[in-house]
Amino acid sequence: MSPLSVFDIAGRAMSAQLVRLNTTASNLANAGAVAPDPARAFRALKPVFATVYEGASGRATVAVLGVVKAAVEPGRRHEPGHPLADAAGYVHTAAVDVNAELVELVETARQYQNNIEVLETAKSLTLETLRLGR
Amino acid sequence: MDRLDRHFGLEGQMLRLRAQRMAVLASNIANAATPHYRARDLDFSAVLEAEQATVLAATNPRHLQPAGRWEGPVMRYRLPVSPSLDGNTVELATEQVQFAENALRYRVALAVVGGRIDSLRAALRVE
Repeated sequence: MSPLSVFDIAGRAMSAQLVRLNTTASNLANAGAVAPDPARAFRALKPVFATVYEGASGRATVAVLGVVKAAVEPGRRHEPGHPLADAAGYVHTAAVDVNAELVELVETARQYQNNIEVLETAKSLTLETLRLGR
Repeated sequence: MDRLDRHFGLEGQMLRLRAQRMAVLASNIANAATPHYRARDLDFSAVLEAEQATVLAATNPRHLQPAGRWEGPVMRYRLPVSPSLDGNTVELATEQVQFAENALRYRVALAVVGGRIDSLRAALRVE
């Protein structure tokens, strides 16, 4: 396997951040969803990031091991007139913390931008090195 | 060491080391959101000292080299200003400053090497 280049490192980090952005978007989109029982209520999705080391070279990139459901119990709301209400008149609301998701969204965008900056710097330095001696 | 290598001198090696450090800093930035990732960096003072360490002439294969010889860059963990709860020690402000400084120093080394190439070319040209 060829050694990890800066482009590999930043590129994989960007795709990991995109997975995170997708889960945040799904969580926000489902924040208002209700279900007739707790088992079917939406639970926030969280990506699991893990470092992928390249031996002892000090280079490491990031991979998404998977997307898991957060261990948060969905809440319930008494709404007897709702078409999805259970026998006791409750609807079960999605287990999504909208404020936390918005913070996550901003952080994801920021870290994605950082990786783009890394790519741009690496690209311009590579091009300058190619022009060496011309 | 080759004569051409010697002509490019320390800056030639510097380019390689700066590129290596850029990958390490890019790794830190890439892992800014990974729990338990500990930011690392190349220790440049140790690297340079070791690079400049004298190499003894070995006229016999059983001659030993001094212990301070460079075996590879010295990697150290960064000390975080305020460690986060998930065990990640990447602080984006620090990493960005280091990355920018490293890119600038790479450009400096590039300019010096470029100048050496120009002087070589001037010496070769007959006018």
